[in-house]
Amino acid sequence: MNRETIISAILLLALFALPFIAQSTGNPFYVTLATRMAILALASVGLNIALGLGGLVSFGHAAFFGIGGYAAGIVASHAMNDEPVLGMMLPGSMPVAWLLAAIASGLVALVTGAISLRTSGVYFIMITLAFAQMVYYFAISWPAYGGEDGLSVALRNSFPGANTARPLDLFLISFGVLLAALFVFWRIRVSRFGAALQASRQNEVRVAAVGIEPFPIRLVAFVISAMITAVAGALFAELNRFVSPSMLAWPMSGELIVLIILGGTARLAGPVAGAMLFVMLEYWLGGLTERWQFFLGLILLGVVLFARGGILGLAAGKARHD
Amino acid sequence: MQTALIIEQLLNGLQFGVMLFLMAAGLTLIFGVMGLINLAHGSLYMIGAFACASVAAWTGSFWLGLAASLIAAAAAGAIVEVTVIRRLYERDHLDQVLATFALILIFSEGTRWLFGSFPLYLDIPPQLSGAVQLPGGASYPLYRLAIIVVGLAVAGGLYLLISRTRLGMRIRAGESDREMIGALGVDIRTLYTVVFALGAALAGLAGAMVGALQSVQVGMGEPVLILAFVVIVIGGIGSIRGAFIGALLVGVVDTMGRILLPQVLATIIEPAQAASIGAALASMLIYIVMALILAVKPRGLFAAGN
Repeated sequence: MNRETIISAILLLALFALPFIAQSTGNPFYVTLATRMAILALASVGLNIALGLGGLVSFGHAAFFGIGGYAAGIVASHAMNDEPVLGMMLPGSMPVAWLLAAIASGLVALVTGAISLRTSGVYFIMITLAFAQMVYYFAISWPAYGGEDGLSVALRNSFPGANTARPLDLFLISFGVLLAALFVFWRIRVSRFGAALQASRQNEVRVAAVGIEPFPIRLVAFVISAMITAVAGALFAELNRFVSPSMLAWPMSGELIVLIILGGTARLAGPVAGAMLFVMLEYWLGGLTERWQFFLGLILLGVVLFARGGILGLAAGKARHD
Repeated sequence: MQTALIIEQLLNGLQFGVMLFLMAAGLTLIFGVMGLINLAHGSLYMIGAFACASVAAWTGSFWLGLAASLIAAAAAGAIVEVTVIRRLYERDHLDQVLATFALILIFSEGTRWLFGSFPLYLDIPPQLSGAVQLPGGASYPLYRLAIIVVGLAVAGGLYLLISRTRLGMRIRAGESDREMIGALGVDIRTLYTVVFALGAALAGLAGAMVGALQSVQVGMGEPVLILAFVVIVIGGIGSIRGAFIGALLVGVVDTMGRILLPQVLATIIEPAQAASIGAALASMLIYIVMALILAVKPRGLFAAGN
């Protein structure tokens, strides 16, 4: 095992242990904090497939995160009022909400990705941002699900064998999904598909020259990436019991990118490290000063200018797979 | 009455368009010359608005406020360029996005620190208050007409600056070959700072002028920034002419869409539904236009280089 693997395993164990320690020491608030870490890490594991492996700097993943959130909110509110969704009676259960989130965001990603991936570089950044804003404005001007006020989740969706109203159960569900997503990320990275995806980031012309077309590979990666981020959005809505349009807004896209860079781009556990550090900073700075975003900005600026490679880059040395 | 409404909305669209042009021109210039994507451009817009509102409140003169907005935004731009942005030219776009995202957090929270969370208000200068009678019986606010005139004048001035002056020649040379003009003895660091400050001043001007129409508050810059991105993507990144045409297109399409779409839909479906669906569709309209243009021309209407 190399150092990165060991550090990644320690990080995951620490995240797993945090809510149990919190519970036994009588600080149940930290269970919610750990759940928030796991969910944000999950969202950035999704983005990391497009951004880290594929080099596709999507500045619009908030759209998928928010679509996931609305999927969970819509399933929950329809189940509570016994109303059908698109003509079907759906149970208020998390797997159903995740499926709906993945399908809806996958379709949006397929259409917007097919248009955005015709471009590259800075065009791609701006276009993904613009499409995400389009979804955002649609959500706030569509009155059926709360519009600008957002959508409350009065009763969390259920999960077989768990009581989702209990914070610890929700954490375990989120952590389980995070592990599954990390497994998917790892499988993709070592697969032939992942090799082609990473190669098309490094040298598009050569990939085309050996007979692989980069476009469909990137599109598939973009869609998978969107689906994982959407499931994270669904969990985020359950955690907060509220779907806010700000989940769809552009600062969320920026935050997801920040998590990845903080942790270390294209690394398996980069998003986990990034999310843990970000949530801790948010909590710690937020407790120190009302102006925490100012200092968060300064810290981020310092990381970009002086600590390239993120925390895992500092702790585990240069990535080998580049 | 209907034609008067349409003329009025066309002018609103034009006013919105020239304001977007002031933002987009700076962004596209900075990208064209330095290859930098600057998310913090919206913060410079906000700084212009805050400088104008606070100086105007302090001295009682809108015009002094306008001058202050230009100076404050240009100075903020120059300081940021020298301290942060300069280190980012050689980095990839991801680092640029992240660093300028951090700058937004710093500027937004810093402004809230200095001015508090309540919006400031800026009055339209007395010389420009009132309305003008337009042919066809409509009347239109003089101040909005003045914004259109200023925007068109700046567009003309930028054209002259870039095509007729020595500075413009250097900017064009910088767009086509950065290393070469450095090798020819042009002080490229100063040139970059000047271009950045110029772009910042244009954003500050836009912020100050719009500040008299809306409230001046933290976060006012980012929605405009994203529309300016749409503009330069449509126009072709690096092209001032593209930014001008893209800005007018976005301004007019967005404004007219909000008025016309619900009315058109009302002829097909019932009015209450038409109003909500129309509003939702209208807010997406410019992004749909952008997608259509990119489907045909992936590098925008007037792509520079290539």
